[in-house]
Amino acid sequence: MTALQIIFLIAAAATLISGLMVVTARNLVHAALWLIAALFSVAILFVLLEAGFLAAVQVVLYIGAIAILIIFAIMLTRRVMQDTGPQTNQQWWVGAIIAVALFAALFVVLQQVVYPEVTTAIPPDSLKALGNSFVDPNQYMLPFELASVLLLAAMIGAIAVAGDKK
Amino acid sequence: MIPLSWYLTLAAALFCVGLYGVLARKNAVAILMGIELMLNAVNINLVAFWHYLTPAVSSGQMFAIVVFAVAAAEAAVGLALIISIYRRRQSVVAEEMDLMKW
Amino acid sequence: MDFLKDPVAFIAKVLSDLLAAFLPAPVVSVLLLIVGVVVVASFSLVLPLFLIWFERRVVGYMQDRLGPNRVGPEGLLQTIADAIKLMIKEDITPYGADKVVYNISPVLAVIAVISMWAVVPFAHNIIGTDLNVGALYIVSVGSLGTLAIMLGGWASNNKYALLGAFRTVAQLVSYEVPMILSLLVPVLLARSMGLNDIVKAQDVWFIFLAPVAAFIFFTTSVAEVGRTPFDLLEAESEIVAGFHIEYSGMKFGMFFVAEFLHAFTVGALTAVLFLGGWRGPGAETYPLLGVVYFMIKAFGGYFFVILMRAALPRIRIDHMLDLNWKFLTPLALGAIVVIALADKAMEPWLQTLQPGIAPWARGGVLLLANLLLVLVTYLLLSNSARRMRRAAERGASGGDGAGHHDEHHEEAPAAPAHGEAHTAPAH
Repeated sequence: MTALQIIFLIAAAATLISGLMVVTARNLVHAALWLIAALFSVAILFVLLEAGFLAAVQVVLYIGAIAILIIFAIMLTRRVMQDTGPQTNQQWWVGAIIAVALFAALFVVLQQVVYPEVTTAIPPDSLKALGNSFVDPNQYMLPFELASVLLLAAMIGAIAVAGDKK
Repeated sequence: MIPLSWYLTLAAALFCVGLYGVLARKNAVAILMGIELMLNAVNINLVAFWHYLTPAVSSGQMFAIVVFAVAAAEAAVGLALIISIYRRRQSVVAEEMDLMKW
Repeated sequence: MDFLKDPVAFIAKVLSDLLAAFLPAPVVSVLLLIVGVVVVASFSLVLPLFLIWFERRVVGYMQDRLGPNRVGPEGLLQTIADAIKLMIKEDITPYGADKVVYNISPVLAVIAVISMWAVVPFAHNIIGTDLNVGALYIVSVGSLGTLAIMLGGWASNNKYALLGAFRTVAQLVSYEVPMILSLLVPVLLARSMGLNDIVKAQDVWFIFLAPVAAFIFFTTSVAEVGRTPFDLLEAESEIVAGFHIEYSGMKFGMFFVAEFLHAFTVGALTAVLFLGGWRGPGAETYPLLGVVYFMIKAFGGYFFVILMRAALPRIRIDHMLDLNWKFLTPLALGAIVVIALADKAMEPWLQTLQPGIAPWARGGVLLLANLLLVLVTYLLLSNSARRMRRAAERGASGGDGAGHHDEHHEEAPAAPAHGEAHTAPAH
């Protein structure tokens, strides 16, 4: 058991436990806090996968923007300060069966795959290569531009849907 | 060395946890939180495949970044819709949004 | 290995030799890592003791009075006395507050600020960790502080704290946008996101290459901290002191420490990104000299933050958001485009110059480009201000019932005037 494996097991346990608490917490704001813990654990996993840029973007984007947006939405859409009553609908057991069955099927498939042995190391300037791939017309410039148009459309749509119409 | 199968199993488990959250929760914002968990599971998968199979090409990281952008856009619009629904119906319980059926 | 040439490696070697006698090697390396983390965190936690005294004395002198000067020599122990007072206060948790969140939020605020110090370069080989995405890391842990404030405001079970937290988060999230955009400019000029690389690339300080970006970064970072003139959210005369109304004792002390440390971090980051960090005569051979230069520049930045606090009035929340979205963000985008175009277009010409003159030539051309941008911005703003003034005069002379229209038009020129007032001091 190398040190990296121990760190992976701790981060994976944190992610799964936080995820389980997200979907079972009664108090919605607590669920949002567990979501933040889960997102932070995923950022740690990105660091283990030597994708430091993605880890930083994960924290900025998910925790610094999306999680705060979710907490705002929770606080703006509740009638009383405390949450009462069960938070699951009547068919929750069907959902549980489906989730467990899907995980069992995926686990069986993953055990039977023959994983290829790849020995190419990550190039030292992978960050520069990533930046180049954003703006190189032969690589991913078009998805980059489309992603920005998508974000613009989402911004305009959100303002149009939720804006105060006086 | 962490085997690739560990990452994939973790991503599958997180995806199934998010799926349970989407299927079993009443509150619309809680459903959105389940969707975010599923998107994160997909991202873990993508970056793990990039790291273990094709580290020299940046497609894996690029795909993960596009997923980030899509998740942000979807969270923004989804929460705007939820707030708009709350203003009209004073409730965000998903079961009560049944106006289109008589 | 010389202590003067490489202090960190020297101390690490001494410690590891000491510990290797009775501990296995992997445990020794983990222990050294922990010692490094503790040193960085302790430095950034002990510093506010001095910073708070410094600020209170300087603000006092600016306001024509003495600051604290009784407790200890020249009042240096005043902060310790205040800390003891805060620690022995009663630890109140409001009725109905969410205990876990209420207690975590001040700790999270301090964590967010201390974590920023992990990537700040004190010298070319004294740095917590030389991340290659250091600039982005700083933004990411800054957003954790925003989260802490939101949680603190909600957990207090108090309508006014919640309102204050909403306004605070609106301000902080809005001002992150021009901060990230202006942070992109030194990254662009240094061709790397690592903070040590940015410092090493400053043959000419970046504040001369990109004064607009320096101004925007400094202003938005001060807004991120929540200092005057952007401290609407926690000023005593505003909505009952904002999000930390229900906090007393050491919990409030932690918010307090986090704010002062963040203000100093703003000065330190401005020094690293725009004022050349640890660079100075002799800093490459003697890293401790680099530390001295860095601290002088960081305190200079912090002094400027204090000067802004003592001299400027508070901005109203709608003016503040107008300033951000209608002035700072387009200006930051324009600055990035202008500087990127100028830098790339100059590259072939710079190759033909001698290596000694090339940085200064680059600096001169970029400075001209920046001044051009400032001129264009000023002309645009003065045109729009003139148009609004004409409309207001026409409205005043046109009818008697247009009295309240006048007020509206009078306020609108105030926003560009604020913008101009902010453009003026940096040039």
